[in-house]
Amino acid sequence: MNHTSTAERIIRGLLLTLVLLFFLFPIFWIFLMSFQTNEDILRIPPSLFFTPTLENYVALISGRLSTVAGDLDIAFMRNLWNSVLLSSLSVGVALILGVPAAYAFARFKFRLGENIAFTLLSFRFAPPLLVLLPLSLYFSELGLSDTYLGLVWVYQLIALPLILWIVRGYFEDISPDIENAYRIDGHSWAKTFRKIAIPLARPGIAAASLLAFIFCWNNFVFALVLASADKQPVTVGALAFVTASGIQYGQVAAAIVLSVTPTLLLALYAQRYLVEGLSLGAVKG
Amino acid sequence: MSIEAVKPPSPGLDTAGQAPVITDAGNTSARTALHLDAVDKFYGDPANPAVHAVKSFSMEVAEGEIVALLGSSGCGKTSTLRMIAGFETVSRGEIKLAGRRIDELRPAKRNVAMAFEGYSLYPPLTVRDNIAFALKAAKLEQGEVDRKVDHIADLLEIETILGKYPSSLSGGQQQRASLARALIRKADLYLLDEPMSQLEPQLRSVLRGRIKSYLIEHGLTSVFVTHDQTEANALADRIAVMEDGVLQQIASPAELKDRPANLFVATFIGEPPMNVFPARLADDNGHLHVVVEGEGAAAGFTLDLGEVSRPAGSRLTGGAAVHLGVRPHSVSLGRGGNKGLLVSNQWLGDQTHVVIEAAGQTMVAVSYGRVDEQVGAEITFSLSPQAIHLFAQDDGRALLHGTEAVG
Repeated sequence: MNHTSTAERIIRGLLLTLVLLFFLFPIFWIFLMSFQTNEDILRIPPSLFFTPTLENYVALISGRLSTVAGDLDIAFMRNLWNSVLLSSLSVGVALILGVPAAYAFARFKFRLGENIAFTLLSFRFAPPLLVLLPLSLYFSELGLSDTYLGLVWVYQLIALPLILWIVRGYFEDISPDIENAYRIDGHSWAKTFRKIAIPLARPGIAAASLLAFIFCWNNFVFALVLASADKQPVTVGALAFVTASGIQYGQVAAAIVLSVTPTLLLALYAQRYLVEGLSLGAVKG
Repeated sequence: MSIEAVKPPSPGLDTAGQAPVITDAGNTSARTALHLDAVDKFYGDPANPAVHAVKSFSMEVAEGEIVALLGSSGCGKTSTLRMIAGFETVSRGEIKLAGRRIDELRPAKRNVAMAFEGYSLYPPLTVRDNIAFALKAAKLEQGEVDRKVDHIADLLEIETILGKYPSSLSGGQQQRASLARALIRKADLYLLDEPMSQLEPQLRSVLRGRIKSYLIEHGLTSVFVTHDQTEANALADRIAVMEDGVLQQIASPAELKDRPANLFVATFIGEPPMNVFPARLADDNGHLHVVVEGEGAAAGFTLDLGEVSRPAGSRLTGGAAVHLGVRPHSVSLGRGGNKGLLVSNQWLGDQTHVVIEAAGQTMVAVSYGRVDEQVGAEITFSLSPQAIHLFAQDDGRALLHGTEAVG
């Protein structure tokens, strides 16, 4: 091994460490904060040494937030459950609608097909605030405000285009003759879709679902406007930690840890699919 | 069944009227397996189609017959095959198979097997399972399935890859596996899309023979697409030559070579291609001549058609503008009164290809010995009036085939 390559290795290691520090330190610090009292957190200078406490987690799980000004009820666990429910339902609905649509866009040329697909994609880059005001009016008119149904419906703006475009790229990657061979062997179109196309596109479907799930989970503004406390996800529920007597940093940190954990675990588990699925979708979409 | 028995009657020449297309339509015997009746394929808006891929294509394929669809890429041969399979809709016309109309049926209901050119194997299954897929679905006994798969794998030399997955195979191996998967099935018709395009030449010629014997032995009716004349000649009982979506001629390989229906078929079939000279007919007191005009310094030449028998109703008359076609093998070198300039002289090991400039045109001649003349030298050649073809200059239709050109 010569000098340059050693130097290269050192520099590379150094740069990697810097990048990792930059991205992981906040997470690490929040993790520490979640086991500290507000006093420990606000101490100057900050210290790595403290007596860990589970108080923050207890407060979140029991739903009683103790502040200097007195006890407050918070619905954090309910918010967390809402997040899980809304995100999973939205992805589920988007899969049921989006996967067959993606297949249709990938396999068949039809009038206005590209326009429809592009319109659906454009929902992704339209700012939500643009549609929120009319939406909230429609929703209160239709009785959809503050319902899971309404939220899942609006979340399709997030999930459906993602599923549609990523899975479409995946379907386009499958040689049509694989399906044709199966069809000519005596199987119906629907069975070919179920038995051949979907299993072959599974990594893409998994990646798209995961991504859609994370995007739904992270959404803030739709639920803020269109739902009230008992239907709101964690992103909105976190506002409750800003109380009259100050911000409860310990509980906020614990809440962040709890709300990030599900998506983080999912993402770690499905990393492989995510990279593969997204790069394929990007090339072919 | 004997292959001879299903050959169509010899096509007439210009007596056949307008259509250069020669089919055996009207032969409605019970043995007709596949019948395409004036099939069209448009892509895009039906009222104003962007692409007219197949134009009024009609043909009949007898039971047990092997027909090749031959043409350059984009001629509509693959579209035709995919319409028969049901992967493309038929824009106009009818397709009948085994006595029932199939063009409205979905592929699953047509009872057709197909071998694909490209990726068509199901990736999660091994080659063996891919080939056996249809048999297993048909609830065949496992021992029987294995026996059949082994037999067909042996035939196509893919025994060693039966346990492998499609992603680890070469293009040629995938093709053979796809072919095996099609041939192992029981179907009314076998469609093969460029079945051997990715094989090595040596293997290709071996497999051609085996596939042909297999098809004949089992009496399988098949239609295959190819752009390779050699393959079409070797495998097919009849070849349908297509160009620009139009069926130019459907006939046996020998018939295509000896009696091409038009100038396109004449120049498309045969290697090296037929030489073509613009010419005119001259009537010398009832004695017809073909006159090829010289150009500049190059002298023209004349052929006496006196001895050539002409078909009844022939419209050969003096003054007619024609194309004179001469196959390279029919040009005799080193004798006769015609002179040309030797442009190239290539000894290919068993034959010589020479290029001669004559009457302002380049002409290829094939000789089975060496040609001694040097490039740049003058060379004499002769054309036998019995070995020529004449085509109308306006529509390219065949007017006359010399008797020596036939056979």
